[in-house]
Amino acid sequence: MLEVKDLRASIEDKEILTGFSLNIKPGEVHAIMGPNGAGKSTVGNVLSGRDAYEVTAGDIGFQGEDLLGMLPEDRAKAGLFLSFQYPVEIPGVSNMEFLKTSVDTVREHRGLPALDTVAFMKLAREKCKQVDLELSFLKRGVNEGFSGGEKKRNEMMQMLLLEPSLCILDEVDSGLDIDALQVVAKCVNSMRSPERSFLLITHYQRLLDYIVPDFVHVLAKGRIVKSGGKDLALELEEKGYGWIDGVESST
Amino acid sequence: MTYSLVEKKVPFTLSAATLVESRSRSSQTSWLNDFRREALSQFQSQPWPTRKTESWKYTSLAALSEESYQGEVSEIEGKDVVSSQLSFDGLEGLKLVFVDGVFNQFLSSDESALSADVSGLICQRFSELDDAAKADVQATLGQVVDSENHLFAAHNNAMLQDGLLLKVLKNTKIEKPIQVIHYSTRQTAPCLTIARLVVVVEEGAELTVVERFGSSSETQNGFVNSLTECVVGSNAQLNHYRIHLEDETAQHVGGVHVNLLANSRLNSFQAGLGSVLKRVDVVVNHIEPGAHCELSGIYLPKNKQRIDFHTDIQHRAAHCTTNEVFRGIMADEAKATFNGRIYIHPHAQQTLAELSNKNLLLSNRAEVNTKPELEIYADDVKCAHGATVSQLDGEAIAYLRSRGISREKAELMMSYGFINELVESIKIEPIKQYMTQVLDSWFGQEQ
Repeated sequence: MLEVKDLRASIEDKEILTGFSLNIKPGEVHAIMGPNGAGKSTVGNVLSGRDAYEVTAGDIGFQGEDLLGMLPEDRAKAGLFLSFQYPVEIPGVSNMEFLKTSVDTVREHRGLPALDTVAFMKLAREKCKQVDLELSFLKRGVNEGFSGGEKKRNEMMQMLLLEPSLCILDEVDSGLDIDALQVVAKCVNSMRSPERSFLLITHYQRLLDYIVPDFVHVLAKGRIVKSGGKDLALELEEKGYGWIDGVESST
Repeated sequence: MTYSLVEKKVPFTLSAATLVESRSRSSQTSWLNDFRREALSQFQSQPWPTRKTESWKYTSLAALSEESYQGEVSEIEGKDVVSSQLSFDGLEGLKLVFVDGVFNQFLSSDESALSADVSGLICQRFSELDDAAKADVQATLGQVVDSENHLFAAHNNAMLQDGLLLKVLKNTKIEKPIQVIHYSTRQTAPCLTIARLVVVVEEGAELTVVERFGSSSETQNGFVNSLTECVVGSNAQLNHYRIHLEDETAQHVGGVHVNLLANSRLNSFQAGLGSVLKRVDVVVNHIEPGAHCELSGIYLPKNKQRIDFHTDIQHRAAHCTTNEVFRGIMADEAKATFNGRIYIHPHAQQTLAELSNKNLLLSNRAEVNTKPELEIYADDVKCAHGATVSQLDGEAIAYLRSRGISREKAELMMSYGFINELVESIKIEPIKQYMTQVLDSWFGQEQ
């Protein structure tokens, strides 16, 4: 599904990823944990193709294709999805119009017929219910005036609608109360399948109680310094990051 | 009567003198002769604006002063006029259509509907006023506008031939909007079109007026000077839509001047599209306490168009509120000017006033000059103003792209949304729908 080899990436000439490698096979759920400043969010941003980051070395293969050669929109069409840590507010563009345009584009890429408005409305209503958002949120501007939790639910709704093959969730748990966290976990768990993979980027172990990963990696100073099974997360929760080689200070 | 015009050396004013003579001879409105003569001398006493005139700094009148606009309007029956330029699908109510300034009965609501009363409504043209209506016009005409400081209002006064009075009697609510539609065509020789509207909403009454300016799609050679004066009585409400959808060669200078009496309300929406020269002045006077003004507008010049909005809100009484929002998008080599002034007079305590102007430039060669002005001479007021000129939010574009939407489409969705926010707030559904279509076509998204 995803093969990252010795990735180096910088922003404004500051190197953040310093030889990051990661292999995700179809159906697997991986979690990346690490102290603040380790470069966790950069992983998601570089994978999704944000302009501000410059990749200076390394390769990324996504479903056999060269991801680095693809535009952000083409990555999304190919089935890569990033749930933003801070989803952007876009006043004036209705959530409904945004979702429909996005779904239409992705469906077209997959050779599926466009959904007519009625069919799309039906689908959107269904997904609204699933993420526990009022239908009125479809009419509002994209994320406009949404609370932190509502923004994350909206991200989950997009994930449900777009049915991506690789879902990257960047700090999806930050700022969420326990109810919202459960909604997020339910979405992810309902979408788990042998064809779909997940990459959870998180600071806290709490999320992993609800979404149980197959692999846990510790990111420090821009590369993975330790990998293990789900128990590694518990160990980190107990001991912090300081005991791992390559992590300077505990957080 | 003679005028010493030669020293003005402005052909435009010279033509004014000859035209006012011929218009004075028009018998139907001879009662306006004195009014016209006074206005002409006022017009002539004012200097012709140049780039050094502050209120005309960014509006070039060069094109105007080269032409004399002395052509005679040849009337048309209206059969050639594209009807979509004259109506809003599904909008009911009285409609009055003027083609090149001349009332056109073929295109207007039929005579019986016009004369018959929508009960409580007086709708008469200046050329056919009864005595009572004449008194109404005389009490208001030239009284709301400050023609000493608005050159083209003085010009309109001087050149006035026909106009329209809309009056709603005390405590009457007119449910259906009244449409006043001006349509310009290309004439053999360049013509001057004078449009004039007087609106009187008496105490406790309510009226919705939709003014629309359109033109044929041929290259325009005329000049339109339009002036609307409104008095909104105490506890009354006026909903005013003014929509400019003219060809890009059109030249139009217009003014809307409103007096708000105690606890009255003005809801006003302005839209500017098309024209090589378009300037609209909107002046609202809060004359008595408790009045409220809700003013919004959009302007969308493209190609080499020029669109200027100048608003001037005068708070002359206490406890009044103003909420003003204008947004514009400039594409290609277009230019726009927004000058928004809010003036709080010394005794206008407890004023709440807000002015926001946001602009989006879609091209490196597009230009906008925005100048919000807040002048406050009272100490107990709450006022805010802001103006921005920007390009689209890069974070938002990145967000949309991360969902599979191309950069081009993302930019389109966002600029559309930027203007559509104001169009969405239009309360009359057929006008909203119509404006949505106008936006679709402006953004090249015709269905």
